[in-house]
Amino acid sequence: MGKFIFYRVLQAIPVLWIVVTITFFLVRFAPGGPFDAEKSVPPVVKAALEAQYNLDQPLISQYFSYMGDLLQGDLGPTFKYPGRSVNELIATGFPVTAELGLYAILVALVIGGIAGIVAALKPNSTQDYVSMSIAMIGICMPTFLLGPLLVLVFGIWLEWLPVSGWGDLPGDKILPSITLGAMYAAYVARLSRGGMMEVMSQDYIRTARAKGLPNYMVVLKHGLRGGILPVVSYLGPAFAGILSGSFVIETVFQIHGLGRFYVQAAFNRDYTLILGCTVFLAGLIILFNLLSDVVAAYLNPRLRSEVGSK
Amino acid sequence: MAISNFDETEVGQSLWQDAKQRLRKNKLAIFGLTVLLVIGLACLLAPWITPYGYEEQNLGLGATAPSWQHWMGTDNLGRDLLTRVLYGGRVSITVGLIATGVALLVGVTWGAIAGYIGGRTDAIMMRIVDIIYALPFMIFIVLLMVIFGRSLLLLFLAIGLVEWLTMARIVRGQVQSLKQLEFVEAARSMGLSQWTIIRRHIIPNAIGPVIVYTTLTIPNVMLLEAFLSFLGLGIQAPQSSWGLLISAGVETMEEYPWLLIFPGVTLSLVLFSLNFLGDGLRDALDVRASKD
Repeated sequence: MGKFIFYRVLQAIPVLWIVVTITFFLVRFAPGGPFDAEKSVPPVVKAALEAQYNLDQPLISQYFSYMGDLLQGDLGPTFKYPGRSVNELIATGFPVTAELGLYAILVALVIGGIAGIVAALKPNSTQDYVSMSIAMIGICMPTFLLGPLLVLVFGIWLEWLPVSGWGDLPGDKILPSITLGAMYAAYVARLSRGGMMEVMSQDYIRTARAKGLPNYMVVLKHGLRGGILPVVSYLGPAFAGILSGSFVIETVFQIHGLGRFYVQAAFNRDYTLILGCTVFLAGLIILFNLLSDVVAAYLNPRLRSEVGSK
Repeated sequence: MAISNFDETEVGQSLWQDAKQRLRKNKLAIFGLTVLLVIGLACLLAPWITPYGYEEQNLGLGATAPSWQHWMGTDNLGRDLLTRVLYGGRVSITVGLIATGVALLVGVTWGAIAGYIGGRTDAIMMRIVDIIYALPFMIFIVLLMVIFGRSLLLLFLAIGLVEWLTMARIVRGQVQSLKQLEFVEAARSMGLSQWTIIRRHIIPNAIGPVIVYTTLTIPNVMLLEAFLSFLGLGIQAPQSSWGLLISAGVETMEEYPWLLIFPGVTLSLVLFSLNFLGDGLRDALDVRASKD
């Protein structure tokens, strides 16, 4: 197990390095700079500003100094928010995004998992068809459509829940979390159905039944462990999707999280903020892919040797 | 009796005839196919279906709810929504098809080369895929679209570049396992050339999964286009797409909900149908499943 984790960490480092490098040069080669919007800036001031942020240095030395700072965990100053560092902005935005993402994952796991297991226990029955059709709707309904529709119905027509915000009014966290989690709930439902159906046809399930275990014990104790494997491996990609999906949710529900900072930074050409957010998000996504691989390997010993032998 | 039957040649069915039969029995897949054909044709024949121009404004009329004159209602400039949905559909569907084409071309070539050559080449090529796979792509696409402007060409490339990875993996896996099968070995021992083996034995057998995955890639691509357009990073006005119509509809949904609902339903219906068709094709073409 230790060897497996070691190999996976070793694989993650070059990926992270490539992400940082590509983003760094992509942003720099793009037309337009961070101080272009302020047209009245005289050339002298602009030069002074660029000197302040080291933009007058050759690109390659900017790259090395950035990498040096990054290794110490310093993401640099921002261009558009004077006096504030990228670290500070991420520290303000991320807790909101993380909370939203966490609730969305919970929605996905609880609703999706129950639907999938219920469907798998009686394949091709009404309960199977109904849950899988709803899951299909969840997959085909984009979040930027589902969000506004939920707002329209529950926020505007029925007036049950607030239409926007995060943590300002009671209940305003419900709609964003459900919207963000819905699609993943649908995937989780399909994956857990497939996983459970495969496991429930295994010999050891028949053995468990034969020794007289009640049905719920068979399902919970023996079925679930193998049946949720596909879901566990899906959690890494799901987390990545939820992080980028929260861009839309944060726009629709006017939530001030990381996604909004990121989209605004991209529009403003705020080099360091774009880079900082990308590095941060990419690091998180890579970390979560790693974690979900490790958990999957823990649940299924066969995976460990596969990767270790590569 | 049995012996007299023996020399009657059994009329074999090809994989494709089998698949067609199985597909025809799958009601959901046929439903999906029908919906797609109807919507596709309607978008193609848009000028003959609606009497209104796509940019034709009628400021005096303003926004009206669906009626006999305007089946989907009109927006606040008095433009006929059905017309806009049909023309927007042309863009959405084109983006879906072309970007999938890019993914198909790159992915199949990459995967086939890696799988057929094998060895060190294969290892390096697939490691590259692994690394790109781990990149947070949605973030990169948003970045690309913001930085390099919102050209359609870039949109195709950006989306195509994300979606080719899975295709490459699937094709590589297929080719690799096919290469070792007895009938390919038999062909090789009979002295057939490499190219003949690839053309006669590898491609026809690897094409099923490719078709299935292509059908399932199109909805992903269309969703991605709509997502980017919704954020204001994809298709730009005066051009239109379903994503852009939804985004406009959200702004006025309180007063004119139909402007959100109709484009939304259309997009969802198409995505729904493509997924059903893809699942149906998978069941129909997947040789493993047909043995059960």
